[in-house]
Amino acid sequence: MERFYTLAFAAGIGCFAVAFVLSIAFPVMSLDNYKGMEYQSLEQLAETPSQSFVDLSTSYPEAFAEAFGEMNSESYGEALRRGRDIYIGQACWHCHSQYVRVVSNEEQRFGTPSTAQEYNNYLNQPHLWGTRRVGPDLAREYGKRTNDWHIAHLINPKNVVPLSVMPAYAYYFNEDGSPKRDGFSLVTYLQWIGSTYKGDPQP
Amino acid sequence: MQPQLSSEPLVSYKLIKLHLIAAAIALLLSMAAGFLYSLQFLGYYPWPDSELLAPGHIRLIHTNLAAYGWLVNGFTAMTYYAVPRLTGSKVLSEKMGTLIFAVWQFALLASLGGFLFNRAQAIEWGETPTGFRPGTFDLNWIPVDLIVVIGAVLLITQFMVPIYKAREQKFYVTLWYFISGFVWLALTYLMGNIIPEWVLPGAAGAAVTGLFIHDLVGLYVTPMGWGLMYFFVPLILKKPIWSHSLSVIGFWGLAFFYPLGGVHHFLISPIPDYVEYGAITTTLAIEVVVTTVVVNFFMTLRGKWSALRTSFAIRWFYAGAVMYFITCFQCAFQVTWMFQKIIHFTDWVVSHAHMIMFGTFTFWLFGVIDWLWPRIVRREWHSTSLRAWHFWLSVTGIVVMFFDLMIAGLVHGFMQRELNHWTDIIDMSIPFWWVRTVSGAMLLGGLMCGLYNMYATAKSDVEYVEENHLIPASAD
Ligand code: HEC
Ligand code: HEM
Ligand code: HEM
Repeated sequence: MERFYTLAFAAGIGCFAVAFVLSIAFPVMSLDNYKGMEYQSLEQLAETPSQSFVDLSTSYPEAFAEAFGEMNSESYGEALRRGRDIYIGQACWHCHSQYVRVVSNEEQRFGTPSTAQEYNNYLNQPHLWGTRRVGPDLAREYGKRTNDWHIAHLINPKNVVPLSVMPAYAYYFNEDGSPKRDGFSLVTYLQWIGSTYKGDPQP
Repeated sequence: MQPQLSSEPLVSYKLIKLHLIAAAIALLLSMAAGFLYSLQFLGYYPWPDSELLAPGHIRLIHTNLAAYGWLVNGFTAMTYYAVPRLTGSKVLSEKMGTLIFAVWQFALLASLGGFLFNRAQAIEWGETPTGFRPGTFDLNWIPVDLIVVIGAVLLITQFMVPIYKAREQKFYVTLWYFISGFVWLALTYLMGNIIPEWVLPGAAGAAVTGLFIHDLVGLYVTPMGWGLMYFFVPLILKKPIWSHSLSVIGFWGLAFFYPLGGVHHFLISPIPDYVEYGAITTTLAIEVVVTTVVVNFFMTLRGKWSALRTSFAIRWFYAGAVMYFITCFQCAFQVTWMFQKIIHFTDWVVSHAHMIMFGTFTFWLFGVIDWLWPRIVRREWHSTSLRAWHFWLSVTGIVVMFFDLMIAGLVHGFMQRELNHWTDIIDMSIPFWWVRTVSGAMLLGGLMCGLYNMYATAKSDVEYVEENHLIPASAD
């Protein structure tokens, strides 16, 4: 039992593999049983640009043309992907979670509890659930606020919520308040989060 | 195990010194970053308009430097000391050691650059950039993850050679931990950085990232830390560990139960409930394992309590062990659904993370440094009172931070349940965050005492004399 090979293989690889199977293969198997779990690629997600993306393009035509050119599903997909990259790079996900639990009255505060199926897409690869809420959960942010609210909030959160401790992201916006490319992307992504929720899954 | 305390070529002091210096610099930077980030919570962040130095970037630097800069370098240094002594043969090669050193520091620098330019990866604790766009193979940064794995594999090769040469001997338990720690590091890193991003999106991927967070702390940091204690405590106290059987139980308990608890980082989530129950149960089993280990440490100290007064290293070790027990006691509660409802997402978890990462594992490494540094530079410690300041500032700081954030977390959790407005929660937290920043300043102050002392020791001209450092063999 105390020999080199036993140790390296039984403990090092064996136990690791057992844990891998138990805590990963099982969830994968049972999650596959949910209907409506089909994986959505970025192209599928971006097929129809969201209303808020359309609104952004009409509210800030020049800035939008400069940032993305045309408003179409391709630029929408690009904005989603880029917005998510910033969300990751700026560590937004270390201050905001992206799942609503069934406990602690979270239904009343944030909205319907999260389901596994809504995360089965390109923009949750890897998922952005997070483990800390300095700010509120964002899993139900979809359509909750207007574009203008998000823009004002991102330029300086304290202008909207005086007590906020969220950092300001004014550098993603021009002097006149119109978004730059990154600003458009971030707002588009925020307005997308939770839009894949399509009712409770059928087991 | 025979402690031969004269300098002799078995151990490469040069490599130990290199890694220790890198570790110390990383810890200083990491704590400075944590301190700066904590100012954001108070509204005094120094660079609110800078994109490069945005608070989010600083946070990534804080945690990643703590893990990969400080702990990995520190553990590697003490492995260079322990493995050759336990096996009786040298590591593979000193040249390769320099290469490994360079690879790790390069990975660190490339990560830091990646964080500043928004290239982090969305894997908690594995934010080191993959270098590829999520899910594709378009390169957009230095592929740090790959370099880390290469570094880990090189480390394995470096240390497996002496261990393999000694394969006919009975291994001391420290070697068990080190072998598995390195193997697990490489496996964990591969698993966590590839699967959620390329293979399993969403909830199934969350089971993997949960396992990754957990394996990194449980299958790398913990075995290295335990191995270190099992090696240095008997060496310094000059007596064997209390029970070899308990240490074996600890090892197999860790190997078997620890990785099963991964999902406990995402409880009450869309991950299936029965998987969560499994994770909670095995986490409780780990409690038992940890208790056996802590008991073993304390029984070893029995009869030598005076060493707590005479040896700073022992003082660091056992302060760390007490805090280890406190945190794991806390864990037993926090893992249950009843507590999770309240404390998940709050400062409670931050208190747990700091108590265990700083109060335990960092303390243990400080203990090693306290014992090893004079022997490496062959000089007596420059100042005993600075050593004492380092110790007491660290202890006070971390205990204050722990209770402060734990209470803040509880209040936050209850306020969240009672549907208080979010700004009220922030308002409530701000005094607690002030205390956190002040206690963080104590930790930083302590660290600076320690680092200055290390520097002054290296520069001093008082030769190190081993005979002055023997702990009396007699009992209390
Ligand atoms: C230091 C932690 C922190 C970071 C980092 C952070 N936030 Fe926040 N965020 C908060 C806090 C606190 C609030 C609540 C107060 C407020 O509304 O400003 C908040 C609120 C929000 C809200 C409003 C939610 C709602 O509907 O009420 C959005 C949207 C948001 N943040 C998006 C982001 C984005 C996008 C990023 C990254 C670019 C980010 N946050 C980074 C702390 C943070
Ligand atoms: C000067 C002392 C320190 C200060 C002021 C400090 C501050 C902070 C802050 C503000 C956070 C973010 C918490 C949040 O998201 O709410 C954090 C996170 C963290 N810090 Fe520190 N820190 C310090 C030292 C350390 C050290 C020495 C370590 C490890 C060796 C460490 C490990 C961590 C870890 C693991 C997290 C992540 C916690 C989580 O995600 O739950 N910190 N720290
Ligand atoms: C028996 C001992 C332990 C138990 C039962 C335990 C349990 C837990 C649980 C349940 C969480 C998740 C809390 C939450 O998010 O709500 C957690 C988080 C954490 N644990 Fe432990 N833990 C133990 C030991 C350790 C050790 C030894 C380390 C470090 C070496 C560690 C480091 C962490 C860190 C860093 C986090 C925060 C992760 C994050 O960033 O979200 N824990 N622990």
